[in-house]
Amino acid sequence: MFLASILSGVTRVEQVEQRESLKAGIPLKIAGISKTFSGRAGLVDALKPVDVEIKAGEFVCLLGPSGCGKSTLLSIVAGLETPSSGSVFANGEKIQGTGTDRVLLFQEAALFPWLDVRQNVEFGLRQAGVHGKKRAEIAQRFIDMVHLRGFERSYVHQLSGGMRQRVAIARALALDPAVLLMDEPFGALDAFTRDRLHAELETIWEETGKTIVFVTHNVREAVALGDRVLVFAPRPGRVVSEFRIDLPRPRSLEDHHVADKTAEIMAVLRVAIDEGEKEESNG
Amino acid sequence: MAEAIKEIPEAPASATPVFERVRRWSKTAWGKWIVRVLFYMLLIVVWQLVFNSGLWQDFILPSPLEVTNSMVTGFQGNFYLQSILASLQRLAIGYAISLVLGLILGLLIGRFNLLKETVGSLVLGLQGLPSICWLPLAVLWFGLNDQAIIFVVVMGALFSITLGVDAGVRNMPPVYLKAARNLGTHGFALYRDVIFPAAFPTIVSGLKQGWSFAWRSLMAGELLYNTVSLGNLLETGRDLLDSAQVVSVMLLIIVIGVVIDSLIFGPLERATRARWGLTG
Repeated sequence: MFLASILSGVTRVEQVEQRESLKAGIPLKIAGISKTFSGRAGLVDALKPVDVEIKAGEFVCLLGPSGCGKSTLLSIVAGLETPSSGSVFANGEKIQGTGTDRVLLFQEAALFPWLDVRQNVEFGLRQAGVHGKKRAEIAQRFIDMVHLRGFERSYVHQLSGGMRQRVAIARALALDPAVLLMDEPFGALDAFTRDRLHAELETIWEETGKTIVFVTHNVREAVALGDRVLVFAPRPGRVVSEFRIDLPRPRSLEDHHVADKTAEIMAVLRVAIDEGEKEESNG
Repeated sequence: MAEAIKEIPEAPASATPVFERVRRWSKTAWGKWIVRVLFYMLLIVVWQLVFNSGLWQDFILPSPLEVTNSMVTGFQGNFYLQSILASLQRLAIGYAISLVLGLILGLLIGRFNLLKETVGSLVLGLQGLPSICWLPLAVLWFGLNDQAIIFVVVMGALFSITLGVDAGVRNMPPVYLKAARNLGTHGFALYRDVIFPAAFPTIVSGLKQGWSFAWRSLMAGELLYNTVSLGNLLETGRDLLDSAQVVSVMLLIIVIGVVIDSLIFGPLERATRARWGLTG
């Protein structure tokens, strides 16, 4: 009897702990990653060798126009594509293919239309073999976290674009990854919804301390969210410069510091794009 | 002036109010059904009038009443029911075999380009062959028995199902696969939890087409093979110069087809479309 009460007490404490603590972020090291495609005009450098070190819990934005290799880099970090050279180290270990410690989010949310919201959020847990009640509990926690309580039984087509991205975030978080890789997740949303999701993502990031690598072509978005912004240029895809954003959070786009930083990065980006185009017309 | 303008749009409606009301009423759900029933009643009246005209003898063209009588006697003698059950059993066995083989074959062809170019082209070719053409070979292989008929049914449904599954798998947005792999799905689970459900809307149309081919193949086979079956009832009717029986069995075959369509495939298709939010 006494023993039983201690045991149940212990398990309760454990449950509470499991509910409270999520895995914090891990460091990422991108070492000499490059990607070459064989296109119609011979080999195309999608990405020149890139070296980046990302600290545990850091929010890094990869910024650049389309075709600059930033999404390719993200896919490589996710393990969905293999690099032509170089390696990615997650928490010091070389990655081999996909892993649920690094979950990628897509611009089109990529929710499964044959499943409702709860089943979508539970998807990864089901694959991991987490059982019924536990699975539902975890899913509910993250559905609540992204403010979608009441929509558990809705299907994807019944949700707005912003709600879909929230489900995708919950689906990723349910697996408790150490790294969130986000590929222009808010690119297709209207400005108002995007601002709200920025605030929500920032809150989730601050609460969980996860490492986030966020790809965008929107300079304001990068400055609003990132601890650091890596600026990419196209043809060939490469990193041209790097900015540290030490402004206090939450950042308002009206704040003149934010506006100044945005203008500064915009200028660098413009030069990089112009050079790329010149090289292209010369070659 | 202003008054004149106001009156113009109302003029046509007030000119034929009864006609307008009937037109509107016939667009409601009940109205559509009543219009449909009226159409069939009219058809039966025309049929009776043609019969009354005496242009054709009654073993060539039966009257609606004779067909009804034939239907009633057929069911009273339990003979129709036995035939229906025997035919539906063959259909079910043949369709089940096609379903299993078609799903496996379709998934493989859809996933592997080498199989698409080899087996896929063969399937496409065989799809063009009316399945009753398999009967002579089936009789040589199995003898003139149920197995031969079931084989013909399988050949009728298999390729439609296979091609439906293949199309579904190929048209699946690749992002689902990426997302699933990223969420820790591999191997068989990838097929069960992602590829199959993602392809399902297209698969359903393949299943539906497969069923209608299976049904046609079964009837063709049964016409040529003498056993308890719907097809055989048609043949017997012809042998006995009993056109009323022939027409009543034809009606039966139509009804069974419509019932299977509207009880199984219709709801399946509607449920899938509703869940995915596909309209139209």
